[in-house]
Amino acid sequence: MTPNAGAELGGRLAAGDLSAAPDALNLLESSAAADQPERVSLLAATSPAALGHEPAGHVVGITGPPGVGKSTLISALCKALREQGRTVAVVAVDPSSKRSGGALLGDRARISFDPADDGLLIRSMAAGDRLGGLARPTRDAAAALSAAYDVVVVETVGVGQSETEVAEVADTVCVVVQPGSGDTLQFIKSGIMEIPDVLVVTKSDLGVIAQRARRDLNSALRSLGARDTKVVAVSALPPASGISELLAAVEAHHASCDLAAERSSRRRSQALAEFGELFGRRGLDALGGRRAALKTVAELDSGLDVPGLVAALVVSAKLN
Amino acid sequence: MTEHRLDQPDRPWMIRTYAGHSTAEKSNELYRGNLEKGQTGLSIAFDLPTQTGYDPGDELARGEVGKVGVPVSNIRDMEALLDGIPLDRMNTSMTINATAAWLLALYIVTAEHQGASEDQLQGTTQNDIIKEFLARGTYAFPPAPSMRLIADMIAYTVENVPKWNPINICSYHLQEAGATPVQEIAYSMSNAIAVLDAVRDRVDPSVMPQVFARISFFVNAGLRFIEEHAKLRAMGILWDELGRERYGVEDPKLRRFRYGVQVNSLGLTERQPENNIQRIVLETLAVTLGRDARARAIQLPAWNEALGLPRPWDQQWSLRIQQVMAYETDLLDYPDIFEGSKVMDGLVEELLEGARAEMAVVAEQGGAVEAVPYMKAQLVESHRERLRRIETGDQVVVGLNRYQESEESPLTADAEGGILVVDPAVEAQQTAAVAAWREQRDQTAVDEALAEVARVALSEDENIMPATIAAARAGVTTGEWSAALRGAFGEYRAPTGVGESASADHDDAELEALRDEVDRVSEALGRRIRILVGKPGLDGHSNGAEQIAVRARDAGMDVVYEGIRLTPSQIAASAKQEGVHVIGLSILSGSHRELIPSVIEALNQAGAGDVPLVVGGIIPDQDVPELEAAGVAAVYTPKDYDLTRIIREIVALVAERGGVAQSA
Ligand code: B12
Ligand SMILES: Nc1nc2c(ncn2[C@@H]2O[C@H](COP(=O)(O)OP(=O)(O)OP(=O)(O)O)[C@@H](O)[C@H]2O)c(=O)[nH]1
Ligand SMILES: [Mg+2]
Repeated sequence: MTPNAGAELGGRLAAGDLSAAPDALNLLESSAAADQPERVSLLAATSPAALGHEPAGHVVGITGPPGVGKSTLISALCKALREQGRTVAVVAVDPSSKRSGGALLGDRARISFDPADDGLLIRSMAAGDRLGGLARPTRDAAAALSAAYDVVVVETVGVGQSETEVAEVADTVCVVVQPGSGDTLQFIKSGIMEIPDVLVVTKSDLGVIAQRARRDLNSALRSLGARDTKVVAVSALPPASGISELLAAVEAHHASCDLAAERSSRRRSQALAEFGELFGRRGLDALGGRRAALKTVAELDSGLDVPGLVAALVVSAKLN
Repeated sequence: MTEHRLDQPDRPWMIRTYAGHSTAEKSNELYRGNLEKGQTGLSIAFDLPTQTGYDPGDELARGEVGKVGVPVSNIRDMEALLDGIPLDRMNTSMTINATAAWLLALYIVTAEHQGASEDQLQGTTQNDIIKEFLARGTYAFPPAPSMRLIADMIAYTVENVPKWNPINICSYHLQEAGATPVQEIAYSMSNAIAVLDAVRDRVDPSVMPQVFARISFFVNAGLRFIEEHAKLRAMGILWDELGRERYGVEDPKLRRFRYGVQVNSLGLTERQPENNIQRIVLETLAVTLGRDARARAIQLPAWNEALGLPRPWDQQWSLRIQQVMAYETDLLDYPDIFEGSKVMDGLVEELLEGARAEMAVVAEQGGAVEAVPYMKAQLVESHRERLRRIETGDQVVVGLNRYQESEESPLTADAEGGILVVDPAVEAQQTAAVAAWREQRDQTAVDEALAEVARVALSEDENIMPATIAAARAGVTTGEWSAALRGAFGEYRAPTGVGESASADHDDAELEALRDEVDRVSEALGRRIRILVGKPGLDGHSNGAEQIAVRARDAGMDVVYEGIRLTPSQIAASAKQEGVHVIGLSILSGSHRELIPSVIEALNQAGAGDVPLVVGGIIPDQDVPELEAAGVAAVYTPKDYDLTRIIREIVALVAERGGVAQSA
């Protein structure tokens, strides 16, 4: 990395220069010690503190079991969003092989794109040894890209029920379910799975079975008192259907939430988690214990990005 | 009359040569020459744009016009192709699938102009789409509408072109993609079930026996020729059973298993290519030895299969192999020589058992259409195992992994290395010819015909054939007919099968060492080594790309592989967006001289010109310097059978370009 590359790339993203995105992602993914200062400045340059407001891009998480149709759905969503003139970045996470550490990044193959269209970016990430459905740099990528793109879509690894991580990254979480598989219904009922913002029943071209799945989910949600969660049926294979309804549901959720508050609270808990990973008990003790630490982080500038918050915590704890 | 001799020797099978290239006129010359040499049927090879529904001049057709087959884009081309060949008597096999309805329409209209009626026409349209998704790659539309087109063609021909074989269920290509004998049987039979079930929905139940009888197969025969013969007997038994039990076909004659063959080409080598002749002869025995499961039609590859396209002389050599077997030997003099053989019966039983179990797995998934992703992944897995055996020497390939020492071969000594090279000027000529064709035709009639094709395509139960035949008469082009259907049906990308492939066994010490090196270089780079494996153009040969992708993953790399049929600019955009460290292109169709420079140009434009590029596939030695001068870092061909070594070299390339020091 050239000196100031981080600030330069971050500045370009903040100014809406989409051509900076691939190099910015290369930097955010880098674990080389030499790249870390640049990585931190890139994130700082796209933080609310630097922008003066929350990044405008809407981060939408798409999760669900393996093979349910997440990528195909994202392909249809991208097409619809591009037709509305909105720019989209997709970050698609695939699992890594335990044995070799390598990964086949297969989501991309399912998302159609026109190479002449500069307003659509698709980037694959390998989950590595992480289990929550995301890759280590996914959060940073979503944060930085949301400063430049109108919509950032994050596809998780298809991991069934435990992919809670995406809720810590996305403003709106869509869980995609397969018609006919009762699993999701059971997970929601039993509380294993958090209630998502939008539930998507895909492959509705398969007919009655999809309609039934939608009905069952609706009644389960109502019985749990989750009246706000919309259930949308889609078919993502051409000719796609239900896509505009899904976009409307996603939009409605976006409009209904207090984005600034939710994002800054997500950043704070993430910062605390990272601080804990770095300094362990000793670090928390230095901040006066867990409750005190929570108070300290809450008092910090709500516009700081995660590395910025961690750095501020380090200062408070007088660890450096 | 004795039990061990026939009263009269059998008539030989139909002797064919799969041929076509450059232009309709050139191919017509070739066909007439072959017929004069004693060939008894025609087998037309179309170029990839014709097979996938693009006209010359389309971005995706680049580098492919007239290359691996003949371009046919309108009725004039078809007439020129078949000029002077009497269609009321000829038996013509057309290797055409996604656009089969269109090419059959052109054939029917050509015959009509010659004065031959539909009920006189004899021949075969390959028309098997499931194996295109699984192995061959010339699909155009999504699965459901593709199956509907097939059903329409069968329904139409059974009634109007009764001597036509509207579909050839192909197991040939499955073996070429790595299938074991059991997989070849199980997947082709499951495929046939999907087709027959689709037709059953579109015809009167009373014609189902006729429909069943019109279905023929196109199979493969590998070097283990005894077992391969058993495979064909097993297929005959399953087919008979299927007709009786699932489709209620009473007449045993209508349940006879009829098949044509191309013998195995995957095992033919680039090294010591003369050895391929022995291989071809032995493979032909598999489909001729036993009378109860003998082929109806045979076409053979040539000795230079792994080098490039065969010249007329090369094809003549293979034609003569068939003629020697048919006319000089006593193959055709006896009843079935395996009757009562314990070995043969035992082998058949084994294969039947395996095939039935695998057919049940496919059925459980909802049938062959639904099971395409499953079957594709299984094929990739079988091919991985095949290559592993060759690498380790468990499977001997003479001249490749054993007995490599060789004298200079006189066969490859000429300037072009012993292959046919198609004049690159053909593409521009054909593009101009299509433009001229469009100029002189009645555009209103064309527009109306295309609107009708689109309307029928969207209708629930109208047959596509009449509107397609009308379009052929009106002067529509291959690209236009296909575009009308793409508009109605949408497009589709078949699964790649690589994601599901299991990891390599960990007891491979060489691979373990390579993983350590990948980890070391990745750490120094800051990111895990990321490779893009790309297939530009219409080339559907995916085996090499898939196996490289899987091995790169098994060596610890992150791999982006998006499947076949991407434009150079799509590949460049993917490389840039994904931030890859290296790009590997795979091209086997012979379009590397056009496509690789296009990819390099697109990479430069996308700002990824500094990413190192390696290339693999059928790349003649004489083309290598040109590619290296254009910026290609390394070229790999079939003689480089050691995949781990290839990946190791790629890692070294990435390290060198990334400024990573060599390990101590
Ligand atoms: C198998 C095969 C097929 C299969 C393909 C199955 C599949 N899904 O891949 C089937 C039967 C479907 C097929 C069809 C056709 N085939 Co074919 N086929 C072959 C064959 C016999 C073997 C190729 C193969 O898969 N080898 C095994 C793999 C593992 O080897 P490989 O790809 O060469 O890869 C090795 C190296 O090249 C290298 N490599 C390859 N790619 C890459 C990529 C990277 C990044 C790296 C580092 C290395 C690398 O590493 C590998 C390790 O050894 C060759 C002839 C031959 N014996 O080579 C003809 C051949 C390639 N086919 C040919 C033709 C013409 C066709 C058709 C177009 C015919 C037609 N007119 O319709 C069709 C249509 C296919 C299409 N859609 O494009 C011609 C091409 C002619 C030319 N180049 O001038 C050949 C050369 C035969 C011939 N002499 O006529 N074919
Ligand atoms: N019938 C039908 N099939 C679909 C639909 N959406 C996806 N599929 C098919 O479902 C399979 C899996 O689709 P993907 O989009 O790759 O699923 P995914 O959830 O992204 O898969 P992973 O990333 O591997 O977990 C493919 O074969 C798709 O063609 C749909 O709406 N209808
Ligand atoms: Mg996916």
